[in-house]
Amino acid sequence: MSEVDRRVASVEGLPRKNGELVFEAPWQGRAFGMAVALTERDGYEWEEFRQRLIAEIGRGPDDEYYASWLRAFEKLLLDHDSLTADELASRTSEFRAMERDEVF
Amino acid sequence: MTDDHGHHPQPPSDLEARTLALESLLVEKGLLTSEAIDRIVTTFERDIGPLLGARAVAHAWVDPAYKARLLSAPKAALAELGITEHQVEELVVVENTPATHNVIVCTLCSCYPWAVLGLPPTWYKSAPYRSRVVIEPRVVLHEMGLELPDEVAIRVWDSSADIRYLVLPERPAGTEGWAEDRLAAIVTRDTMIGVARPAVPDTAT
Repeated sequence: MSEVDRRVASVEGLPRKNGELVFEAPWQGRAFGMAVALTERDGYEWEEFRQRLIAEIGRGPDDEYYASWLRAFEKLLLDHDSLTADELASRTSEFRAMERDEVF
Repeated sequence: MTDDHGHHPQPPSDLEARTLALESLLVEKGLLTSEAIDRIVTTFERDIGPLLGARAVAHAWVDPAYKARLLSAPKAALAELGITEHQVEELVVVENTPATHNVIVCTLCSCYPWAVLGLPPTWYKSAPYRSRVVIEPRVVLHEMGLELPDEVAIRVWDSSADIRYLVLPERPAGTEGWAEDRLAAIVTRDTMIGVARPAVPDTAT
């Protein structure tokens, strides 16, 4: 089974807990997993992420939850100089324009 | 997502593109591997869920000594059942009694006892629940279908990054002699958040 097939299968097989999907879209799972994985590697303290998440939720209380999560994670990485705003912007636009075809 | 490449060549949404860019850059810089992310996502999707908390509650219901340990030293008591903490956090187990009902919330964001309940439901993360359950818990619980007699006091526990709470619900009448598996089945996620009480199915009585 190719990686793509495996992913599609895993998307269709998303578990429902009390009828609710844990993640409503694959990107949410990736965004969640990245933040947790980086903490486990001692990249930063969980509290640092949490404070930014609180701020983002406060800034846009009606936003999709994982959109706030993603913004908080981006801010954390920029604040830590783990990546630069330019890198992030250009890589994002490459994916948007489909100039990259990496599959995660 | 871009998994569809070649099949449905649609550009990713803004949120998808940003997520892809982050993973791409973090992997490129050697800060993370995609396998590490896979492992966490899979764990939370498949292995960690309310069933873990339910097992601990059911065990506490049938074994008073275990219940005492679960309340006094939750981490060690959960480890006895093979449940080990995933995040660095302290877990506090709060017991419902005939006089007191406990309910958990995270007023600031979405802190939640992941290790025993998995990821929080959408409503737990919603602004109305987070703000209102502290101010008017009885009304919110009523709206969620839980009627509590006036003489039952309600305690609201506000979670944080350091302390997460788990509600130990009361064992309902009519479950005498039940095996642990059968008991665990009525300990739903909502009963361990404190917005519901375990219900005995009609067919069982």
